[in-house]
Amino acid sequence: MIKKWFTPNKEIPKKIYTSVGFITFLVVLGIWSLLSYSGFVNALFLPTPTTVLATAVKLFVSGDILFDIGISFSRVFTGFLIAALIGIPLGILMGSLRIMEGAFEPIIGFIRYMPASAFIPLLILWIGLGEAEKMSVIFLGTFFQLTLMVMDVTKNVQNDLIDVSFTLGAKNAQIFTKVILPASLPGIVDTLRITFGWAWTYLVVAEIVGASSGLGHMIMQASRFLQPDKIIVGILIIGLLGLITDIMFKSIYRASFSWMRKDGY
Amino acid sequence: MVINMVSQKLDMPTESSSLKKQGNTIPKITTPKLEIKDVGKIFKTKSGDTVALEKTSFTVEDGEFVTILGPSGCGKSTILRIVAGLEESTSGQVLLDGQEINGPGPDRGMVFQSYTLYPWLNVKDNITFGLKLKGVPQKERDDLARYYLQLIGLTGFEKHYPIQLSGGMKQRVAIARALANDPKILIMDEPFGALDAQTRTIMQEVLLKAWEESKKTILFITHDVDESIFLADSVYVMTARPGRLKKKIPITLERPREYSMKSTVEFGNYKEELLSLIREESLKSIH
Repeated sequence: MIKKWFTPNKEIPKKIYTSVGFITFLVVLGIWSLLSYSGFVNALFLPTPTTVLATAVKLFVSGDILFDIGISFSRVFTGFLIAALIGIPLGILMGSLRIMEGAFEPIIGFIRYMPASAFIPLLILWIGLGEAEKMSVIFLGTFFQLTLMVMDVTKNVQNDLIDVSFTLGAKNAQIFTKVILPASLPGIVDTLRITFGWAWTYLVVAEIVGASSGLGHMIMQASRFLQPDKIIVGILIIGLLGLITDIMFKSIYRASFSWMRKDGY
Repeated sequence: MVINMVSQKLDMPTESSSLKKQGNTIPKITTPKLEIKDVGKIFKTKSGDTVALEKTSFTVEDGEFVTILGPSGCGKSTILRIVAGLEESTSGQVLLDGQEINGPGPDRGMVFQSYTLYPWLNVKDNITFGLKLKGVPQKERDDLARYYLQLIGLTGFEKHYPIQLSGGMKQRVAIARALANDPKILIMDEPFGALDAQTRTIMQEVLLKAWEESKKTILFITHDVDESIFLADSVYVMTARPGRLKKKIPITLERPREYSMKSTVEFGNYKEELLSLIREESLKSIH
C-alpha cells in the first residue's frame, strides 16, 4: 500500500491526496507554534499564531484593514486591467503577424528584464506619488510578460486550422475574430490568471515607497513600529486575495471552455 | 506523357487565340475543371536552391476523382497546397474553370491529414462555418447541415464537440464541412493518413458515397496504393524528390465500388503495376 504511494506517476486515492496537503499546512503551523510559544524566538520577531489571529480580528473589527484592502485591490485591478487591455490585442497581433512580432518583440523582450521596482524613482519624478504611480508599477510589472505570453499562446494555434479557414472562405479579419481569438482564448485566460498573481506581488513594491494607504503601506508601518503580528496579517491577506482571484479565474476557465472536456461538463 | 505535355503546351496558345478571334461563335471546347500548367516549386535554402517540385502539368476533368500517389517527401502536398492557394508556386499557373487562381478561396475546399475541426464549435457549427461566413440564412444552414450529416453517417451527432469524436468521425465532419461550402473542387491531403486500417477502409467507402452523390471533382493525395486505386478514376504516380509526375494510370473498375473489389484480379493487376512504379522510385530515393 505505502509502496504504491511512492511509485512514480501512480495515481493515489483522492482522500490521501487532500490529507497530505492538509498535513503540510499543519506541519508549518506546528513549527511556527513550537518556535513562538516556547519562547525560542523572541515575540518581537515571531509572534504566536494566537496573537496574529487576535490582531487580525481587531483589524477587521475596527475596519481599518478593509479600507487598505479596498485601495490595494483597486490599484492591482486597475493596473492589471490596463496591462491586459493593451497586452492581449498586442500579443495576439504579435503572435499572428510577423511584422508586429518583428516590431515589438525585441523591445518588449528587452524591457521585461528591467525590474519594475527600479522604475519607481523615475515614475515618482514623472507622475508624482498618486494613484497613477502605483498603478503604473503594477502595469510595468505585468504588461510585458503578459504580452509575450499571449503572443506565445497565439503562435501555438495550429497552422492547418488557419489554412483550412482560408479554404472555407475566411478573410484576414475573420481569421482573427473567428479562428485565432477563440482558439487562443483558453490560453489567454490562463495567462491572465498567472500574471494577475504576479500583479499582487508587485503591489507591495508599489506601496512600500511613497504610499499612505494600502496593504503594502500597512506592512511598512507595522515594520517601523515593531508590530510583526500586523506584518504577518498583511502578508496572509495578500496571499488569500491572490488565492481567491486564482480560484475565480479557474472557475471562469471551467465555465467557459466546456468544449475542452470529453464529458462536456 | 512527356510528348503529351508538349503537345498540350503547343496547342494551348492557338486555342486561346482562336477563341479570342472568333468570340462565342466557335463550338465550345470543353475546358478541364482544373488545369495545372508547368507548376514548379523551388525552395531557397542556405545550401542553395532545392527543387521541391519539378515543372508539372496535368488536368482534372469535371466530376473526376483523381488520386496522386507518391513516396513521402515527393512534393505531392506541395502541389495540393499550390492548388489550394496556400502556397505560391515559383513557376507556372493553376486554372480552375479556365480562371487563374490567386490565393486561397472557398471555391477550393480542403481536407487535411491533421484534425482541423474548430474545437470550440459543435459538429453542426463546424459544418456550417463556411456557410455562415458567406451569409447563408440560418434555416438554409440547418437544412444543409442535416443533409451533410446524413451523407457522412453522423446524424444525431450535431451537438457533439470534436473532443468527443473519434478520429474517423472528425474526418467525416471535415469532409462534410468542405462539401457543405459547395466548392468547385475538393482537395484532400492524405485525409485518412492518421487513421487505423479498419477505419480507413470504411472512410474510403463513406467518401465514395459522398462523391457519387455530390458529383464533386476531387483531387486526393495518398501514399497508400490500395487507396489510390480504390477511389480513383485516374492515378498519377509521382517520383521521389525532386517531385515530378511519372505516369497517369486510368482506373476502369466499375462504379459504384465496393470493398470486395480490392480482392479481384483486375484490382491486383493495377496494384502490381503501381507497386513496381513506386518501388523504382523508392529505390532511387535511397541511392
